[in-house]
Amino acid sequence: MKYITEFRNSELAQGLISDIRGKSKHKVRLMEFCGGHTVAIFKYGIRQALPANIELVSGPGCPVCVTATSDIDKAIALAMVPGVIIASFGDMLRVPGSRASLQQARAAGADVRIVYSALDALKIAQENPSKTVVFIGVGFETTAPTIAASVLQAQEQGIKNYRVLSLHKLCPPVIKTILDAGEVKLNGLICPGHVSAVTGSNAWEFVARDYGIPCVVAGFEPTDILQCVDMLVTQVENHASKVEIAYKRGVTPDGNLQAQKIMAQVFEPCPANWRGMGLVPDSGLKLRQKFADFDASVAFDIKPEPAIEPKGCICGEILRGVKTPADCRLFRKVCSPENPVGPCMVSSEGSCSAYYLYGED
Amino acid sequence: MCLAVPVKITKIAGKEADVEVGGISQHISLWLTPEARVGDYVLLHTGYAISVLDQTEAAETLKLFEDIARADK
Repeated sequence: MKYITEFRNSELAQGLISDIRGKSKHKVRLMEFCGGHTVAIFKYGIRQALPANIELVSGPGCPVCVTATSDIDKAIALAMVPGVIIASFGDMLRVPGSRASLQQARAAGADVRIVYSALDALKIAQENPSKTVVFIGVGFETTAPTIAASVLQAQEQGIKNYRVLSLHKLCPPVIKTILDAGEVKLNGLICPGHVSAVTGSNAWEFVARDYGIPCVVAGFEPTDILQCVDMLVTQVENHASKVEIAYKRGVTPDGNLQAQKIMAQVFEPCPANWRGMGLVPDSGLKLRQKFADFDASVAFDIKPEPAIEPKGCICGEILRGVKTPADCRLFRKVCSPENPVGPCMVSSEGSCSAYYLYGED
Repeated sequence: MCLAVPVKITKIAGKEADVEVGGISQHISLWLTPEARVGDYVLLHTGYAISVLDQTEAAETLKLFEDIARADK
């Protein structure tokens, strides 16, 4: 059992597709929250395989895409501080801020380095004791525990020049915001598989309970996504609304308690600014007071000028599921992966990037 | 950012592990999964194991898919 190819078996996928087609009678709209699911759905041609009465819309589950322009500006302002090394996940580098991107800041002389892991940023801090390494912390509950662990490790190892600019965000509050806004009527939620590996499927109980919307946690292989759709359709046809796990090999109702403990030890909820949605209460994470020594927002008093949103970009509406990239006047004409106007085209999990790379003309 | 890859643990030293996937070895952190053991498969995300994969559940899921595929023939 290697956990990958077995779940890409086309015969098993065909079986699931037939099962869905056989039982799906009503028109349904399902939202896949996670950017990783958006890409997988394209890559595996899931939309084409499903019957026409099942519509899939993308939600704001791309942490790079939902980072506000003002927060990108903060990261760039930090990059320009002498003696600072910025460490960031690769996707963030090309996202346009108000005036520039981190990549452009690097071209202008700032020390900006791409890292695969917070552990790499810790290593850079150890290797450059005279500099301050600022890790740009982007990601949801999948990633935030890893950054929390890196802070604890820095503390344990006496690394004093490591700071985190926490732009981390939480999924349940933003899903609540989207459901409360009522802009998109949903019949089911394809819940993020790896966020749920950390939070547990219990994190989505409020969606089923308070909004009557079926929730199924999905993995990322084609059979995983099809199984999730199959389970959601079954719930819809039976007028049920409960939380189920399709991705049972990786997700449990309670989740990863150690990861949750570490995350809560280092971070606490705070209001966060989501692109396209504004300020959402208790949806962000900030470092707790006792970790102030590792907090870039405490160490540096950065007040960038007011943010300028990219003109004509409808990333915000795409993230809320009310428009698709095809609705954007800039899509393919001005905005492309080589020349991105907004973050949804930059990120490997962004809707616009997925539509561009995989969508049909 | 949700990307996590199943990898097999080949060696553990304290809170760190060597893992293998597709013939490639990597060194990762087990800070978030202290219960992981050598031989386990874990979900690897940005250098950290975030979940230990349940082989029994995986096998049952595949069996479920096989049953569905057979029923639909």
